[in-house]
Amino acid sequence: MAITYTSGEQVEVYRFSIPATTLIPLTAVFLQAWLPLRFPFFTIFDLPLLVTIGFATARRSPLAGLLTGSVIGILQDALTHHPIGLYGISKTVVGFGASSLGIKLDVEHAGARFLLTIVFYAVHEVVYFMISRGLVGLRMAWTWPHELLSGVANAMLGVLVFMLLDRVKQRT
Amino acid sequence: MDVLGRYRNLIVLVGVLFAQVLGLAVQVRRTTDSEPTRLIRIWAVGAVAPLEKVLVWVETSTGSVWHNYFYLRGVRAENRNLKQQIERMSLEQVRMSQDADQARRLQALLAFKEQFISRTMAAQVIGSSGSELSRSVYIDKGESDGIKPDMAVITADGIVGKVLRVYRSTSQVLLIDDQTSGVGAILDKTRLQGILRGTPAGEMVLEKVMSDEAVPAGEMVLTSGGDGIFPKGLLVGRVTKVAPGNELFLNIRVRPAADLSKLEEVLVVTRIDERQAQPDQAGAARAVDILAERLPTVPSKPENAVKADTPAPVAPSNPSSDAKPKAVSPEASSGGAPAARKTAGSPSSSPGSASGTSLGTSAGTSSGNAATATGTPAMKVSPKPVKAAETPKPQPAVEDSPH
Repeated sequence: MAITYTSGEQVEVYRFSIPATTLIPLTAVFLQAWLPLRFPFFTIFDLPLLVTIGFATARRSPLAGLLTGSVIGILQDALTHHPIGLYGISKTVVGFGASSLGIKLDVEHAGARFLLTIVFYAVHEVVYFMISRGLVGLRMAWTWPHELLSGVANAMLGVLVFMLLDRVKQRT
Repeated sequence: MDVLGRYRNLIVLVGVLFAQVLGLAVQVRRTTDSEPTRLIRIWAVGAVAPLEKVLVWVETSTGSVWHNYFYLRGVRAENRNLKQQIERMSLEQVRMSQDADQARRLQALLAFKEQFISRTMAAQVIGSSGSELSRSVYIDKGESDGIKPDMAVITADGIVGKVLRVYRSTSQVLLIDDQTSGVGAILDKTRLQGILRGTPAGEMVLEKVMSDEAVPAGEMVLTSGGDGIFPKGLLVGRVTKVAPGNELFLNIRVRPAADLSKLEEVLVVTRIDERQAQPDQAGAARAVDILAERLPTVPSKPENAVKADTPAPVAPSNPSSDAKPKAVSPEASSGGAPAARKTAGSPSSSPGSASGTSLGTSAGTSSGNAATATGTPAMKVSPKPVKAAETPKPQPAVEDSPH
């Protein structure tokens, strides 16, 4: 018997309209590229990652989650000068994981969303670190204080992003 | 069949991941950026860049209206200060033109080849990669504006990076603090050469300097010209920390002169000319006379110096003094690095002088760099020629030159 931490009534599956599905990830990638020019500290945030997690947990479909993550990640990769696929693979894993967990957990509360974002931020960073070092050969530095700070900062922003996504999601 | 349906999600996940890993492996193996990859990048940049351009345009226009028509507080005082500064710099220019003439004569004696930044193009920074691990920015000039890969990108403060990818109306610039970036660099005073690289943390390290060398903190780092992208003598930054590194080399931390996190406008070096130095005066000058001119004398009035046909005696220069990039000293144009310091650091221009046109001028302005030589001849010309007159041992390169 599958163990779930939410009752059947609590598990809601949402969908997003086509404009929202295309424009929100594009806006996230755009803001991620533009805001660091005005606010250099913004590079610690990963808006596309937050959108990936938000979409995945709302839809609760692993297939949709991994595809959304992969598209957003590849789009993000295309703006860097690194090989395409580093963010793609990381966000594919996150999209799949977040949607799979979304089926079993209640992710409607801010606290749960905060913790979920921290966990998947860590997953994202670990996968990215492993691929970029192991497969691409980039010199990477893992600094715990920086990763922890980034994780918490992203989780706080994530709560706000999820609240915004709540406004555009539609019940199926 | 039932198994396939049950593990459908997992199978799709593995498939998508496998495809991306395969794509990564192909890209890593390839040395050039081929079409399929480029297409994705073109789409992504094409989707994001227009929005960025519009936002930057709105921001610039609003800021321009505000600063040019409303916020004019302190403009009169600033104008007065600038006029005083121009007067001071005019005096400096007269002195420096003498030194520049002298430098050109010496360079001509040595068949010295100079590199001139003869054409630049101003560009607006419109976006970044959005990643801490990929330190690159996008500018609003591309293939249609004549931008090509591997062109140097600079500001009035120092070098910024090089053009990495060129799209139709935008270009990607790899910053010098990226970990995949490498710049041939030379230390200003000690003349030690090394390779400047970025670190994953976004710092810059000067590599390949032997650990038995003494490098003081605060020393200026200039481009060496060895990378074939940046002309020799442009300001890169300053040494902030020196520590013993791995193996036989020092770990030299460098702070970039240009603020790479707040770039707004940059200059793309679209053409570099190389030509042999030509003395201004007809006829060869004797090396003894050239050195004699450097002897300490009473400085002449600048008005007289301008009107005089022959170079007037100039103020004694102190070759060992530390000239700051923006405070140009009389000795700054004698040799390679000091002249370049001025070129990179000073926002002003000195028209008519081959050694002093500013890089901070607007697009299309010719920028000269008297000291940007390539190859070993650069080492033969002492950046401090006064030393030859002061020390008992004369400089062989000058003494042996034909008269």
